[in-house]
Amino acid sequence: VRTTAVLPPADAAEPLSPADEAMLDSLQRAAFDYFVQHGNRINGLVADTSRPGSHSSIAVVGFALSAWPVGVERGWMTRAEALQRSLAALRFFRDSDQSGTPESTGYKGFYFHFLHMDSGTRAWKCEVSMIDTSLLLAGMLTAAAFFSAATADEAELRALVDALYQRVDWCWAQPQGAAVVHGWKPESGFLNYGWEGYSEALLLYALGLGTPTHALTDASFPAWTGTYQWENLYGIDFLYAGPLFIHQFSHAWIDFRGIRDRFMREKRCDYFENSRRATYVQREYAIRNPRSITGYDEESWGLSAGDGPSAPRQRIAGRRQSFYGYAARGVPWGPDDGTISGPSVLSSLAFAPELVLPALRRMLARGAAPHDAVARASGYNDTVRVGAPVAVAAKGQRAVGWLSEGTFGLDQGMIVLMVENFRSGLLWRLLRGSMPIRTGLHRAGFRGGWLAGLAPR
Amino acid sequence: MRTAVQAQVPAAAKDRPSVASPRNRVCSNQATPNAEEGSAPDERYRYDLLVIGAGPAGLAAARGAAAAGVRVALIESHHIGGNSLHEGCIPSKTLLRSAQLIAEMRNAPNVGVGAPTEIDVDFAAVMTRMRRVRDRILRVDSPARLRAEGIELHVGRARFAGADAVDVDGTRLRFRKALIASGSHPLVPDIEGLAAAGFMTNETVFELTRLPPSLLVIGGGPLGCELAQAFARFGSRTLICHSEPLFLPKEERDAAQAVSHALARDGVEIHLNCNIVAVHLEGGRKHVTMVTNGNVSTTVVDEILTGIGRLPAVQGLDLDKAGVAYDVETGIEVDDFLRTRNPRIFAAGDVCLGHRFTNTAEASAGIAVRNALFRGRQRVSALTVPWCTYTDPQVAHVGLYVRQARAQGIPVKTYTVPMHDVVRAITDGEEEGFVKVHVRDGTDRILGATIVGRCAGEMINNISLAMVAGLGLRRLARVIHAYPTQGEAVRQAAQACVQSLAAGVPATNKEEAP
Repeated sequence: VRTTAVLPPADAAEPLSPADEAMLDSLQRAAFDYFVQHGNRINGLVADTSRPGSHSSIAVVGFALSAWPVGVERGWMTRAEALQRSLAALRFFRDSDQSGTPESTGYKGFYFHFLHMDSGTRAWKCEVSMIDTSLLLAGMLTAAAFFSAATADEAELRALVDALYQRVDWCWAQPQGAAVVHGWKPESGFLNYGWEGYSEALLLYALGLGTPTHALTDASFPAWTGTYQWENLYGIDFLYAGPLFIHQFSHAWIDFRGIRDRFMREKRCDYFENSRRATYVQREYAIRNPRSITGYDEESWGLSAGDGPSAPRQRIAGRRQSFYGYAARGVPWGPDDGTISGPSVLSSLAFAPELVLPALRRMLARGAAPHDAVARASGYNDTVRVGAPVAVAAKGQRAVGWLSEGTFGLDQGMIVLMVENFRSGLLWRLLRGSMPIRTGLHRAGFRGGWLAGLAPR
Repeated sequence: MRTAVQAQVPAAAKDRPSVASPRNRVCSNQATPNAEEGSAPDERYRYDLLVIGAGPAGLAAARGAAAAGVRVALIESHHIGGNSLHEGCIPSKTLLRSAQLIAEMRNAPNVGVGAPTEIDVDFAAVMTRMRRVRDRILRVDSPARLRAEGIELHVGRARFAGADAVDVDGTRLRFRKALIASGSHPLVPDIEGLAAAGFMTNETVFELTRLPPSLLVIGGGPLGCELAQAFARFGSRTLICHSEPLFLPKEERDAAQAVSHALARDGVEIHLNCNIVAVHLEGGRKHVTMVTNGNVSTTVVDEILTGIGRLPAVQGLDLDKAGVAYDVETGIEVDDFLRTRNPRIFAAGDVCLGHRFTNTAEASAGIAVRNALFRGRQRVSALTVPWCTYTDPQVAHVGLYVRQARAQGIPVKTYTVPMHDVVRAITDGEEEGFVKVHVRDGTDRILGATIVGRCAGEMINNISLAMVAGLGLRRLARVIHAYPTQGEAVRQAAQACVQSLAAGVPATNKEEAP
């Protein structure tokens, strides 16, 4: 039994080859195009998925607002178009119905998780979502940091972002003490979930603490980190969270390299290094492959939240295996039905390129059509057969048994942002100058690194 | 269908209807020869220790005191052995054994053995076995045996008559010291129509004679999870409704999640964040209205089992007359030495402790007796108490949880060994679960542990022993374990600690002395 993982030094990554550079450029561009193709130019909303009839997810809008600057810098979109798309979204949210009624758009400055693409009103009976609003706000702050010119339009954009950010009533989201709840519904009030354990809420707390209006209380961040678990798993010390996306989302905007809160000072680590270790834990799990999943190995790993097969239970490798559809898969406790999230692998690029690049090359060699489908689709699964194989096996490779239909906006957003952070650090650079982020991190107790000379004003 | 179960809300432990079989009950003719009602204080009834309640705490206290030569009276109105024996651990674990075998037969193909084409569950035989097992264990606590041990047994309801006196059905008993060990009774949810529709508690479910075709379990604590899994395995359509986001709210998230996965695998319909708001009887079946995150739905079941917790049995004792403070939810107020507001009177077990476990009841009784009679100064807070929820996989815990340690400002590090890294778990095909040992970061000092696994309850004892003996993980790493055993997971966690401390780092990393 394997007991100890070997964790190489953080700077062990080799420089990118031209072929890898081209591979990343192609994947990032394709992901960027999702937002162009699935966005509503009038109100700035973007579809949750590429599937027909998809509603908009406010989180995906946040990723779109962050992707436009990347497109401008990469030459994929003009600055003027990026600005107009951004303004459309911000004006929509400014004018949206904030009454909190079942057919409105938001409440207390937060927004419903899913909105109708055209009207922008609440879709289904979804919740006002604190984390998805945070992802939207991160996109807004990115836009405000990027569109810094002294023009009327860009000044309007910055004013809109200020107004929308400052109208969020974070205190309202702390109904039961220090912890922030997950959501609220007009029909039943607050959801019975609080943020517990390390998660993507790191970004939420930074934003909630950074605002000059209605900010979270000082007790909120310690209350949340009080539920952290520092674990030694497979010989690797890290702040535990199962799904890979948890170790990635906040890093799309905030540069956690070298800055530490109280917890990370105690552990002599930082959140960036932690995400690198989490990536290694994911690979270690795939090497151990306790469920004897077809296809897991050192270049085939990556369990995260996303789509998966909804097949009937099957007996695989001597056990009854269930399949979970859309689920938050995690390591090492599962659920694990053999579904790998290509986008989550790609989004670890900045943390562990020495692991991600071989895994990416493997995925792209699978022969799925289009060629990057396995890397960009929400999930793929070699264990289960649901209908005919969706991809033809390249020489020496296995065919893909199941592939998620279409693409998901969250995945494409993470690909655009994290590949960009790996290539240029653009998003990190933009948000390092954002006052709410700096203030929020300071209030959360972060010190050192790039924060050292940047006390909040 | 069940026909013989009386389902009533127990207003007080001593007022509830008996559901025990006659053999288990104490009868008035088993009592010490009695004086006439209302008789004056009588030297015959003056005791060094008077114990109220013959459950685990009361029995342990009475036996401990009698063995030390003290004159002891034990008062019980219901049945000797307490809830655990009659309506708790013993019957439930006996049922779980049958349910486990059913699951193993279904999963036989996992280990290359053909499963029976049809598994015949003879529920009546399962329940008969349960009663036989219970009766066998009960023999140890028969009234005759207690009398032989020097314990004077009084049958009847105990009511304090003053600071040093208790009346038992008209007989006044005087005491130098008293111990209240009256236990607890089920807490029944306040749901519209539930009482009229009928329901079972853990005190009545074991009287079932036929397997209900469908069963709704209200409450995702240990009892609810254990029985939901068992009845699903027996073949009932089983639903479990829990008001919180995760089962086993006291346990850590990963453990609770493991239980959730296990219940789902066994076919239990899981309703988390769900509240039952109304029940009504229609066509002989129970129509249940539930609300989940604002969404209202209904389901129809044959039986309802409530398992939302227990309340201390404090009512009907006239505690005010003895100057004993209490709260109906948290029980008798005691200090760390288990002394009540009345220095003559102590309490032990469910009636005063947050941990309502048999092992804790017995241990606390020992502390109370030593403190009450032998000038002891033992603290209940010093107890190291392991516990286990006997789902499959089991969830066992001892010591501090991470959040508790962090709340105390203790830096914590957890050594985690998945069971899929343990050789014997792999050979047994029992890879679900983990061992997590929490230590003070930078040292090998064990703060606590959680184990999830097929035999977690057995494995946690290893950690408890180490904690009580003051052994750190470095010492445990040097203990040769039988190979291959699932218990080796604990040694693997210890080994990881040794490696980490050796690799690492702080100069302050020192093995803590026992």
